[in-house]
Order: sequence, then C-alpha cells, then structure tokens
Amino acid sequence: MTKKPNELGIIEAARALRARECTVRELWDACVTAAKEKNLELNAYLEIFEADDAAIAAAQERIDREGDAAPLLSGIPLAIKDNILIEGKIASAASKMLENYRATYDATVITKLKEAGALFVGRANMDEFAMGSSTEHSAFGSTKNPHDPERVPGGSSGGSAAAVAAHLCIAALGTDTGGSIRQPAALCGLVGVKPTYGAVSRSGAIAMGSSLDQIGPLTKSVEDAKVLFDTIRGIDPMDATTIPDGLYPSKEVSEKLVIGVPRHLLTEGVQEDVRAAFDETLKKLESEGHTLVDIELPTSGHALAAYYVLMPAEVSTNLARLDGVRYGHASRGDTLLEDYLLSRTEGFGEETRRRILLGTFVLSSGYIDAYYRKADAARGVLRREYDDAFEKVDVIAFPTTLSPAFKFGEKSDPISMYLEDIFTVTANLTGMPALSVPMGTVERDGRALPIGIHFTAPHQAEEILFNVASAVEKAG
Amino acid sequence: MATTEDVKKLAALARVKIADADLEKFTNEFDAILAYVGQLESLDISTSPDAKKPPLRNVMREDGEPHTPGAYTEKIAAQFPAREGDALVVKQIIAHD
Repeated sequence: MTKKPNELGIIEAARALRARECTVRELWDACVTAAKEKNLELNAYLEIFEADDAAIAAAQERIDREGDAAPLLSGIPLAIKDNILIEGKIASAASKMLENYRATYDATVITKLKEAGALFVGRANMDEFAMGSSTEHSAFGSTKNPHDPERVPGGSSGGSAAAVAAHLCIAALGTDTGGSIRQPAALCGLVGVKPTYGAVSRSGAIAMGSSLDQIGPLTKSVEDAKVLFDTIRGIDPMDATTIPDGLYPSKEVSEKLVIGVPRHLLTEGVQEDVRAAFDETLKKLESEGHTLVDIELPTSGHALAAYYVLMPAEVSTNLARLDGVRYGHASRGDTLLEDYLLSRTEGFGEETRRRILLGTFVLSSGYIDAYYRKADAARGVLRREYDDAFEKVDVIAFPTTLSPAFKFGEKSDPISMYLEDIFTVTANLTGMPALSVPMGTVERDGRALPIGIHFTAPHQAEEILFNVASAVEKAG
Repeated sequence: MATTEDVKKLAALARVKIADADLEKFTNEFDAILAYVGQLESLDISTSPDAKKPPLRNVMREDGEPHTPGAYTEKIAAQFPAREGDALVVKQIIAHD
C-alpha cells in the first residue's frame, strides 16, 4: 500500500480491509493517531472519541464473515458534525448553550451508519448552530484549513471538511442550510453534497432553518459521496418531510449531459483565476462530448437576500426553544424572564444573536409582508425558474465560491461573510440537490488553494450530479 | 434605519441582551443587513413566471405509542438544569401574595 490507511477514501479502505491489507483496528488507529496529532493545530474536532471496541470487533467480524457482501462502510471511521446527535455523546452545535448537552437518542443518519458498521472518530467543529462560512463563529475556536493554516476551512461544516482533507478520518457528515457542506468542500478540495430536501432524514440534526437544512457527505471522491449518500438516505417516520423514491418525475438523461451555464450571474464578483478555472473545466466537459448551453435565471440575483430573510426567521423560531428551562445552558436570575435573558445571552454567540434578532424583525407585525412574505414569494419564483431551466438542461453549473479560502478575520463584517454563499443558497431555497467537486487550485501567497465547481440538478436527480461530478473528476 | 432603541426593543422581544458597549456597532451591522435584504423591494414578481410551491401531501401514521412509555424519561431528565425525581424544577411564575 502506497497510501497510509487514514489517507484512503471509503471505497479504497473497504477494499484494503477485504484484501486484509489492514484490519479495522489498524484503520481506526491510523485515523485517531493522525487526528490526535494534527488536531492541536487544526482544531477540526471538538472531541475525539475513545475507541468503541465492540463496534470495531463487530465490523471486523462482519467483513471476515461476509466479505464483499458486508456494507462498504463497515469499519470505516467517520467524522460527524457536532450538530448531529449520537446517543450518549455531547452534541453542542459548537455553542456554549449546548456545551454539556448529551444526546438522548441517535439521529436517523447515525442509526443507519451504525447498522452499516461505520465508526465515529469524533465531533467535528463548526460555526455555532451552523451559522457562518468560516468556523470563526464556533464558541470553541476556529478550525484551520489544512491547505493553509492561516486560512479558514469554510463553514459551517468546516471541522468536517478539515478532518477529511487532513486525513483525520475517511469521510464525514455535515449539514447544509445555505452552502455549509458545499462551500467548505470547495475550500478544502473535497466533494460535498447537499441532497434533495427530504432525501435524508433530519431527525436528530439540531435544527437551524427547517425548510432548508439537509445532512450530507463530505468525501475524498465522488464515488465515496455516493456510498455515504446511499447509506443515509430514505424515508423516515421520524421526519415527516422525508420523501419517498419517485415523488418527483424522474429525468431521462443520455450519457452526454446538457449543462446550463448562467453566464449573466458570473460577470462580477468571481475572482479572475477562479473564473478561468471554471471556464477551463467546462471546456474539458465539452470536449468529452457534453453540451454547454447559456441559460437565464433572472431572479437568482435576489436569492441571497431572500435567504437572509427566510433563514433568520426560521432560526429565531427554532432557537426559541433554548431558554435555560429544560436543557442546555441555564443561568438563574430573580425572575423567570431574567432566567431566559441570562441563559440566552450567555449561551448564544454574537452571530447567533444577530440572526435571532433579524428573524424576530422580519416576522414582526408591520414588516412581515415587506420582508418574509416577499422573500417567500421570491423563493417560489426561483423554483419555477429552475424548473423551467431544467426543461432545457440536465444540470446547472456555477463556481462554488467567488474565491478560494480567505484569511481569518478577513470577512469581519457580516455581509461580506454572507456573500460566500451567493451561489449555493439557491439550491436550499428550491430544495434541489447540489454538489461541489474540486476543479483544481489557484495560487495565493505561494500556496495552491483548492476551488470547486458546483452543479444543481432537478429534485431527486442526485444520480445526474454524481455522473457530471465523475466526469469532472476524471477530466482532472 | 434602525436605531439603537429599535435594536434594544427587538432584543427584549427575542429574549437576548446586546451589551451597551456593542450596541452601536451591532445596530450599524443590523442596518447594513436590512439594507441588503431590502433589495427584495425592487423585485417585481408580477411579471415573473408563477411562483411554485413544493408539492404538498399528507403524511399520516397509525395512532399508537411511538415507543415504550418511559423509555427516554431518565435520559431526558438527566438533561434538566434542576430536577426532583422525574419532575423538572421551574421557577414560580404566579406570586401568592
């Protein structure tokens, strides 16, 4: 084996385990040793778990007994974002509010992963309650980008991304409300998938924006992303918004895809070399026989504004439950009102409070029509525009971000940080599946920094995303 | 334009406090965000294609116990800030006098 065990992807590690090139225990030890060593610098994990000897033995036994029939994830060590519940473990959402909160049940995705024999290395750092694009809003210190520790890994699933990119696990789960899987995937050189809304159960994911949130994979390859997605997806009685297979009409596509490019949205903001890499990647796809088509998505320019109305509205509603009464940070004053105020003020960080206030504002009587209802209407129009575009094309392509990873502190005013999600939020608003796959690197301060290309597909057409991403991966 | 008083009032409604020292900066940032999302006002959707809602469907299940009664009681009670047996201790809300 040329690669160390922890440097393998899911499929590679599964093959190595079956070929007896390494044992589950050796794979676990390789990941945890790397994690313990590198976490001092990277802060990708908020906690590295003790080895679960029973789970390691069970996974090994299953591979020995069933061989190729054993699930590919048997014995594979994964990082889990700190807002996904694992029974008995702390799930803090990187907030002081939940610093000592222990999950009382497994998230559905965790149940599915346990059934497949996967192992959990630890809880991955993130922006508090998944609000941010850099992990700078974590209450427990930011995560560093493994490609340049002076730069952010992206966010909010930045700990998950850094853990995979630095080989401190084989793959990871993140959550994506406006780009929180795809943007860190792009900035860390990984594949990241935001599934169709309802494809993956949200039961056991700490809610941020309930109409936008999805759990999804961050992986070293497209085929790994598919394995992880196939394992966690499916209808769930614990989440009434999960959808059955075939709810949406399936899209027939040929092997050669029609790729829509909304060039009118790329004229400003995208850094020159990112734009050049994007054009170069599309050109390669064209030379492979895929077709490029210019498309117009006129309302897309307003998507981020609509998102920054709808998301805070849902945030303020979801986080209202955290009041110091039943669980989480509890501070006591003279009156019940003081209990609420103290617990919430001490428990929530600045960005979280900002979004709670924004949400309170856009939902308040007198402003709800101008902000919330208008944004909701814009969301409907966006959905129609995308549906119309998919009459003509199979996928829609963007650069995932305007630029590669930025330096810590560089985006200290909130709006410049929010603009990180300008291309990714629309898929959350429309509920469509979207993915980021690496498209090479650009150089900043003598360092090669990864960037990603982003594709959106019609509802439930993840398969098309994996196909086009594989084509990008092969074109390299 | 939001004023520091507006922000204070909103914070009170949302049950959080913004420290006096941070209030001005916070208000300015809040204002900038409102100005940004305010671009929605200029969006004329009367000429846009019809808005489309996600397909709606009923999600039903049989009545019944989703799990054994009491199965989670201890785990949940262990998270209470203060407990008496299986009960959550809360502050008195209505005064006796």
